[in-house]
Amino acid sequence: MPTQVVMPKLSPTMEEGQLARWLKKEGDKVSIGEPIAEIDTDKATMEMQALASGVLRKIIVHEGESVPLGQMIAIIGEPDEDISGMLDKAGAAKPAAPSTNDSGNGAAAQTTTATSAPPAEAAENRAAAKSEYPVSQDLTTAHPPADSRGDESDGRRIIVSPLAARMAADAGINLRTMQGSGPGGRIVKRDIESAVADAKSQHVAAPTTSQVTRPTAPVQLPEIAEASPFRDEPTTEMRRTIARRLVTSIGPVPHFFLTTEIEMDKAAEFRSSLAQIDPNLKVSFNDIVIKVVANSLIKHPAVNASFQDRSIRYYERADIGVAVAVEDGLITPIIRSADKKSIVEIGAEIKEKAERARTRKLRPEEYLGATFSVSNLGMFGIDEFTAIINPPEAAILAVGAIKPIPVVRNNEIVVRQMMHVTMSCDHRVVDGATGAKFLQTVKRTLENPLLLLV
Amino acid sequence: MAVITMREALNQALKEELSRDKNVFLMGEEVAAYQGAYKVTKGLLEEFGDKRVIDTPITELGFAGLGVGAAMAGLRPVVEFMTFNFSILATDQIINSAAKMLYMSGGQFNIPIVFRGPNGSAFQVSSQHSQALESWFAYFPGLKIVMPSTPADAKGLLKSAIRDDDPVIFLEQERMYGNKGEVSDDPEFLIPLGVADVKREGKDATIVARSLMVPYALKAAEELEKQGVSVEVIDPRTIRPLDIETIIKSVKKTNRVVVAEESHPFCGVGAEITAQISVQAFDYLDAPVKRLSGEDVPMPYAKNLENLAIPDVKRIIDAVREIAYLD
Repeated sequence: MPTQVVMPKLSPTMEEGQLARWLKKEGDKVSIGEPIAEIDTDKATMEMQALASGVLRKIIVHEGESVPLGQMIAIIGEPDEDISGMLDKAGAAKPAAPSTNDSGNGAAAQTTTATSAPPAEAAENRAAAKSEYPVSQDLTTAHPPADSRGDESDGRRIIVSPLAARMAADAGINLRTMQGSGPGGRIVKRDIESAVADAKSQHVAAPTTSQVTRPTAPVQLPEIAEASPFRDEPTTEMRRTIARRLVTSIGPVPHFFLTTEIEMDKAAEFRSSLAQIDPNLKVSFNDIVIKVVANSLIKHPAVNASFQDRSIRYYERADIGVAVAVEDGLITPIIRSADKKSIVEIGAEIKEKAERARTRKLRPEEYLGATFSVSNLGMFGIDEFTAIINPPEAAILAVGAIKPIPVVRNNEIVVRQMMHVTMSCDHRVVDGATGAKFLQTVKRTLENPLLLLV
Repeated sequence: MAVITMREALNQALKEELSRDKNVFLMGEEVAAYQGAYKVTKGLLEEFGDKRVIDTPITELGFAGLGVGAAMAGLRPVVEFMTFNFSILATDQIINSAAKMLYMSGGQFNIPIVFRGPNGSAFQVSSQHSQALESWFAYFPGLKIVMPSTPADAKGLLKSAIRDDDPVIFLEQERMYGNKGEVSDDPEFLIPLGVADVKREGKDATIVARSLMVPYALKAAEELEKQGVSVEVIDPRTIRPLDIETIIKSVKKTNRVVVAEESHPFCGVGAEITAQISVQAFDYLDAPVKRLSGEDVPMPYAKNLENLAIPDVKRIIDAVREIAYLD
């Protein structure tokens, strides 16, 4: 029996996919696991593999077309198998499907002749088929129908208590924007209450905004391959109170900012010496900053953490997200265990990943689940700026340009290569002194790169 | 008002009703000369004589039928089962005669009878003698089911049951006969059937408990108060007719419910209460209704296993914390 190929879920937040490119054409042989198409998700362009072997009998969704998850995009079958019934369903599910270079069977589907009933009845049949999930029995397990249901964005079923659902409806809160604090992420009364209280305290003009989020709810990341191991330590009542109180004043993640000036002369010397020794050892200032940040994080585990409401999660590795501008957006490829990598390795990895980020070829595990981020706008001539924390990380470092500045050293005015960095901290996890100590280590190491050796 | 035991409160109710209405009489195994297996009928033979306080042979089906006949003839029998485990033998008379007679006689015969005695678990009397049978009787239309949890309720409800014109199953609890409480000595102290009692007010969760589970629920609520959880305890007191309105009102306030019972879970009274809550208060529930029942096994004889077989204070606390999303 022929097998339907459906739009797969290739990223945690994907709702629909655009067919970027077919790697096979109709009539080509395909086998299980073989890439047959490239799909543009909301995040990246991903390869899609065949889940059945046979011949790609029919392409239903053509390059450039977008369809929701679960919709049939092609049919795989035996070369001479009858696929008209399945095509009929595809026609119903996707009424506007163009029918180019059809082989006999496809034409039958378009006109619904063959053995089928008069046109009116056939139209009814199509309408009926439309309401069904158009996937054959053996594929339902591979692509649960839940993914295609309209009431579930990002494939996550909203779990909510009846009371909370009613309260949210009354308050005009969009449940999809919320994280529940009940078992299995169930949204319960207290989540709605705190969202409402939060919305009120923000004095927003539109109290019925659909963007109300529960501020203290832990950010729940999907299971990510290669994520850093961690330990969860229960939060104290004081810590929860700090979290609650700060959140009501500033929003879901209470940011505060620490700025320092770093003298980069020795880092510059270090960099140019390396390049002189061997052109292959050429590294950027950003590479050095990332290495220094990673090493400092290991020395200050309190910053390499994430607020989880009832616990604080401390990561064992320094996985640094590096903000990379891409066309109409921003993505943060991750340098995993940056503390254990050499600066040259880090540089090469950033270069390679940034390149793939720009062509949207990163896999989710390559951009989800960093423990700390670095954003550098120095190359744009920005002297200093503040960056917004990428939850659930506890902090982000905004790095400005390096500029020669007259400074006072030993009571004399001298010119030094100065760089401003600003760390944004999640006050629920990182207090002022904690952040300052971390930044001190970063500053000290950047000003004395030799410390990287000890 | 005096502080007396539940045993004494029941005794007072019987005594007052025997004095008030000459049609009231007691019947059962050992109720007269031995003054009751649990001494509930203490002193009554002496005061009212052997026409009003009658020892029967060990023939539950027989004396239950006798009682139904006496009720049809205009008397108001109070039939004691030494324990409700023995009422199983009498169920044909209770269910097929007492419960059905008013309906099947086209309204000609009311059956103003009370079947009373201890129900539920005692201590180490094993599987056949530790059964909570309320769901059996509550299942049938035509019977009223009463389950008091305090001496005052026991007295006020038993007096109302004796004065009621329909058959009433009055379920005491052996473990509770010694429980003490303030009880009115007003001979007209009556508690109407079908009215639940809010044993404790609270706002974060409701425990619906009856009989033995009420003191446990109150103790749990006390403990939870210290943990910052305000718990309301509702005692329906009468299972049929059930005062579901009081329960629903509480659920609408607290949004979370634990239904605690010592009886088995399957087809139990707790299941019925839970179902009614889910229909009538669905939009007010912040958590699934949590049922805490006796284990779905015959009651073990061994003390350690017996303790595990019915809910206790700790399990009630855990259940409330669970539905209040505190763990």
